Amino acid sequence: MIQLENITKVYHTRHGPHTVLDGVNLQVGKGVKVGIMGRNGAGKSTLIRLISGAELPTSGRVRRGISVSWPLAFSGAFQGSLTGLDNLRFVCRTYGVNYTDVVPFVEEFSELGSFLREPVRHYSGGMRARLAFALSMAIEFDCFLIDEIIVAGDSRFHEKCRIELFEKRKDRALILVSHDVNTIKAHCESASVLHDGKLHSFEHVDDAYAYYQASLH
Amino acid sequence: MYSDTSFTKALQIQLRVIGALLMREIITRYGRDNLGFLWLFVEPMLFTLFVTALWTATGQAHGSNLPIVAFAVTGYSSVLLWRNCANRCSMAIPPNIGLLYHRNVRVLDLFITRILLEVAGASISFVVLASLFTSLGWMEPPADMVGVLYGWLLLAWFGASLALVVGALTAYSEVVERLWHPISYILFPLSGAVFMVDWLPSNFQRIVLLLPMVNGVEMLRGGYFGSAVRTHFDVGYLFVACLVMTLLGLALVRDAGRRVEVE
Repeated sequence: MIQLENITKVYHTRHGPHTVLDGVNLQVGKGVKVGIMGRNGAGKSTLIRLISGAELPTSGRVRRGISVSWPLAFSGAFQGSLTGLDNLRFVCRTYGVNYTDVVPFVEEFSELGSFLREPVRHYSGGMRARLAFALSMAIEFDCFLIDEIIVAGDSRFHEKCRIELFEKRKDRALILVSHDVNTIKAHCESASVLHDGKLHSFEHVDDAYAYYQASLH
Repeated sequence: MYSDTSFTKALQIQLRVIGALLMREIITRYGRDNLGFLWLFVEPMLFTLFVTALWTATGQAHGSNLPIVAFAVTGYSSVLLWRNCANRCSMAIPPNIGLLYHRNVRVLDLFITRILLEVAGASISFVVLASLFTSLGWMEPPADMVGVLYGWLLLAWFGASLALVVGALTAYSEVVERLWHPISYILFPLSGAVFMVDWLPSNFQRIVLLLPMVNGVEMLRGGYFGSAVRTHFDVGYLFVACLVMTLLGLALVRDAGRRVEVE
């Protein structure tokens, strides 16, 4: 179970403190798939950063009773001067996973061939995305965080990603942030809406969408 | 964050993460080409070598009967020890900010990694140069090995605590980085690397010994030269200064970690 208890996040801006999240509560049980909607700048990505632990809340607590991934296919932690395999090795060491066990999967899934032994800065955007997704799947988690589903690459690669995440790992929990209701409908059972720093949770995606629509006006 | 995790488990994770960061940092900084990670100590070695050559040529320790090579090696190595730690921790967060998405990687780990590398580099450089010059007959072996080690370890601790303070403060404001450069520049001639405290007028001795590293360098030289030098230092003062700076540094790093904003 992941539990957000009364989370507040205040950023310091030039115009003074700016409260992005104001007393947010959320519970995500094992295997539960939750969508989070909100307009641009509502704090969706901030929420993901707090759940992932990249940033800490100004007040409140994030409890993680299950293992939580980093944001899916996040490539911002890549070091350009390191090879794809070096970056994999770092992630494996960090999570205590045996590197040699996962290399075959990453080689097969990323389809990068000999480029895995080249510095990441020589990769195209699509190649980075493929490596990033492969790394996300190389370490197993109970809950995956997704900040908008943007998968680069061709439709065949999209299909591979879909199978890997939504079919092979359909027993896992999911927290999916999106402003597209169809994405959330396709993958989530329930949804919450971020509006004015508050999180409003709904049992059905349709109710959440109705609230989201109303909040736009 | 790991309030629900036992201490041994948390320690295990931290050691694992620091190990991963060390490997990553070594390959990132030095690559696999030419000398590779050997640059870790070849670079500080070259620094010390050039300074030793310069001081020998200009007769820096003129007026004293101390052998200049040993004087330069002990002095400049100690500067590299504390200064490189602080320099590498200054602005250490921005290039590594993406790593914080891997939750077990914390800001403190980034600093510890860089401190460990700098201490290792400066220490290996010191040992290699001292051994080399001793075997060439340019330097005498240390009079009191334990004394040298004691001074060196305290200087390393001072460097680590200074690095935590400077590194954390640069996370609050980049101005700190700009200020740190001139400060470290002026601290070099004051740090005890280029003089023995005994050479100074006694009222100035008291003032300069307020700088913690001066005490460390005196200990180091006292161990190296033995009875050939008269040293002035206060181990208790150095110890307390390191302890206070470490606690202050840890508190600042903790707070900086709370404020860090990932893109």
